[in-house]
Amino acid sequence: MFKILKKVSLNPTVTRMDIYAPAVAKKAQPGQFIILRVDSEGERIPLTIADYDREKGSVTIIYQIVGATTALLDRKAEGEYISDFVGPLGKPTETEGLKKVAVVGGGVGCAIAYPVAKKLHEQGAEVHTIAGFRTKDLVILEDEFRAVSDKLVMMTDDGSYGEKGLVTNALKALLDSGEQYDEVIAIGPLIMMKFVSALTKEYGVKTVVSMNPIMIDGTGMCGGCRLTVGGEVKFACVDGPDFDGHLVDFDEAMDRVSMYKSFEKHEYEKTCNLFKKAE
Amino acid sequence: MPNMSLKKNEMPAQPPEVRIKNFLEVALGYTKEQAIDEAKRCLNCKHRPCVAGCPVRINIPDFIKEVAEGNFEKAYEIIALSSSLPAVCGRVCPQETQCEQKCVRGIKGEPVAIGRLERFVADWHNERFTGKITRPEPNGHRVAVIGSGPAGLTCAGDLAKKGYDVTIFEALHTPGGVLVYGIPEFRLPKEIVKKEIDALKELGVKIKTNVVIGKTLSIDELFEEGYEAVFIGSGAGLPRFMGIKGENLKGVYSANEFLTRVNLMKAYKENNATPILRAGRVAVVGGGNVAMDAARCAKRLGADEVYIVYRRGEKELPARAEEIEHAKEEGIIFKLLTNPVEILPDENKFVKGIKCVEMTLGEPDESGRRRPIVKPDSEFILDVECVIMAIGTSPNPLIKSTTQNLATEKWGGIVTDEKGRTSREGVFAGGDAVTGAATVILAMGAGKTAAESIDEYIQSKENARRA
Ligand SMILES: Cc1cc2nc3c(=O)[nH]c(=O)nc-3n(C[C@H](O)[C@H](O)[C@H](O)COP(=O)(O)OP(=O)(O)OC[C@H]3O[C@@H](n4cnc5c(N)ncnc54)[C@H](O)[C@@H]3O)c2cc1C
Ligand SMILES: Cc1cc2nc3c(=O)[nH]c(=O)nc-3n(C[C@H](O)[C@H](O)[C@H](O)COP(=O)(O)OP(=O)(O)OC[C@H]3O[C@@H](n4cnc5c(N)ncnc54)[C@H](O)[C@@H]3O)c2cc1C
Ligand code: SF4
Ligand code: SF4
Ligand code: FES
Repeated sequence: MFKILKKVSLNPTVTRMDIYAPAVAKKAQPGQFIILRVDSEGERIPLTIADYDREKGSVTIIYQIVGATTALLDRKAEGEYISDFVGPLGKPTETEGLKKVAVVGGGVGCAIAYPVAKKLHEQGAEVHTIAGFRTKDLVILEDEFRAVSDKLVMMTDDGSYGEKGLVTNALKALLDSGEQYDEVIAIGPLIMMKFVSALTKEYGVKTVVSMNPIMIDGTGMCGGCRLTVGGEVKFACVDGPDFDGHLVDFDEAMDRVSMYKSFEKHEYEKTCNLFKKAE
Repeated sequence: MPNMSLKKNEMPAQPPEVRIKNFLEVALGYTKEQAIDEAKRCLNCKHRPCVAGCPVRINIPDFIKEVAEGNFEKAYEIIALSSSLPAVCGRVCPQETQCEQKCVRGIKGEPVAIGRLERFVADWHNERFTGKITRPEPNGHRVAVIGSGPAGLTCAGDLAKKGYDVTIFEALHTPGGVLVYGIPEFRLPKEIVKKEIDALKELGVKIKTNVVIGKTLSIDELFEEGYEAVFIGSGAGLPRFMGIKGENLKGVYSANEFLTRVNLMKAYKENNATPILRAGRVAVVGGGNVAMDAARCAKRLGADEVYIVYRRGEKELPARAEEIEHAKEEGIIFKLLTNPVEILPDENKFVKGIKCVEMTLGEPDESGRRRPIVKPDSEFILDVECVIMAIGTSPNPLIKSTTQNLATEKWGGIVTDEKGRTSREGVFAGGDAVTGAATVILAMGAGKTAAESIDEYIQSKENARRA
């Protein structure tokens, strides 16, 4: 059992939790993820390691409530326990040798982008962050990003906060203004990563994306997380989750995550109803 | 007087039309009377050919003699000297190619039903045994075991019985390896596996789930933490795909993913949170136990038509005879001498069909089996909504890639000598991680051998230190 040390709501649908998992905290690196089960009958879901404290033995996760399992997790209070928590899984994000990087985060993807931006900043790289959200209420981690970024552009789709528009608009503006990046790191919804990759391809800037397909074991055992990258089949949980955005087949990836759409919707409604009854 | 009937006592089983609607065990087990009657078919041969056919050399004639006389607990004790998982092996061993193949009664008629008797004895014992397991005197030495499949469980059990302080590290949230995530409930009830694992815990074996060796901890760190030897029993869990067009469509699973969702994540239970595609028509590619299990699970999830698509013939099917027979009884359709070449999408990128070609068998290949050759102009399409790839697995590279100087074969298998020693001092290995996908009993045998070697290794170091 793994104890929830701290729970903070970041916005109405996004929550941060610190979980006591010293073995995971000891090894964690930016870009890696964990898999958890809330209770003994639950599903296994992957979440990125948003932060860690090796001394305290804690691992931070930031999740968006999108379906049954994340809703179930969100019912847990500080001091309670979840049944399984395994990691760190996947390869760490490669940051070695990078001097100037644009980090592009979209929505809850910012939670994944933040530790990478932080690491780049700590190793002395110049970090330009573009953080995009649908609307003002959903903005997360602004202060955290500001502390590790040499330039920060906040964006909302509806213009209710920061600049109005999509992250690709801001990235294009920076590239057009002559900024030269060693690499662009884009983390967010698949559709966002697809368009960022399409844009940077035009400009010839290497781009790394963090893929989030459906996973079960996270150790290379099921193949459920497979993607096509540069014409080859890769298992995101062990070969990634980071891949070259110019080589990823995004259309296929977007299709694959929709496999259980109707089932998930049903489960979510069931979970919600369950809680309604309990209350 | 021995029972000279040419036929085995039949195994009571759930009728096919009933069992395809549930996940309860298919074979129900002998009654006491059937077991005694079957045991009387054994001639107690002096030269014991059957024993040579058992990879762990169970003393077959002796245990069967006790069954014939109604001394079931005594029979159990004899089996327990050689096997630590008789309730499991009695159910899943490919007996027809092992112990029973060598049985003299098989020369004229059917061999003695050794596997069924073994299962009977183990179940008899498990249902009645209530005594406490006594923990052996600790010897002060610590051993780490990676993986909780049959290889790891056996190695851990044997060492614990000798007084070692053993910890098993398991990547998944439940111990048991393929016995829990692969082999379905209707063939091997999980309660049986759980009992075996509980018995190990009583012996003092510690099991740490949710630890991936190579990620959470490395083998070097295990030594730093004070473990004196490490056994790798990590299995062969990496699924292979065919590399044909359409393999990433929605509705294409590896057998591992499909079976994991069904068994480990319990998608077969109503109201379970694990999603699974419940397709009306399913094609399973492959002909081994894994393929049979996937096909029979798909049937039980409600499919009307389930095909086994296999590129060789009936004789070459690698699955256990009993599984093939059960699958046929359940209405699984065998498309033999058939090979898929493409999986076809519908407009939403779900599977709509599988394009196949017919094959003929040519000359034997390196494996001694006749090589399948494509028949010209034989293309046809099977309409299915789900395709499950059960064409084999190989050892996961995770441990190899995080452990220096651990020699492996090109295909990923860990290199060991006949005693289970790897190229690294103090590191031993066995089971599917060494041989590639094989059988429960071979994995158990390898765990046993490694336990002996580990004991030898630690004792000789201890003696050297004392001298
Ligand atoms: C490597 C990786 C890192 C991730 N990191 C984060 C993170 O830091 N924060 C965060 O909020 N989310 C993250 N996700 C996504 C998160 O795993 C899903 O939101 C979660 O599994 C949804 O579960 P649910 O039962 O609540 O919703 P569901 O009802 O199951 O699904 C809702 C949505 O989530 C997707 N999804 C469902 N199951 C999975 C699964 N097992 N793996 C991936 N996606 C799935 C579905 O396709 C659907 O779009 C990550 C995913 C991956 C693969
Ligand atoms: C569907 C199916 C049906 C089968 N049917 C039969 C049958 O009828 N009869 C028969 O004899 N055989 C059968 N087999 C084969 C048999 O199950 C295997 O040969 C046997 O389980 C191998 O045992 P093992 O201990 O070597 O590995 P496994 O049982 O594979 O166990 C390995 C364990 O190690 C864990 N692990 C892997 N990597 C790590 C890591 N890095 N860190 C920590 N833990 C790790 C895995 O999660 C797993 O729990 C079947 C196999 C399958 C898949
Ligand atoms: S363990 Fe397997 S091979 Fe050995 S006697 Fe039992 S059924 Fe036969
Ligand atoms: S070979 Fe057959 S008949 Fe002879 S001892 Fe073995 S089981 Fe009995
Ligand atoms: S999640 Fe199973 S192989 Fe990647």
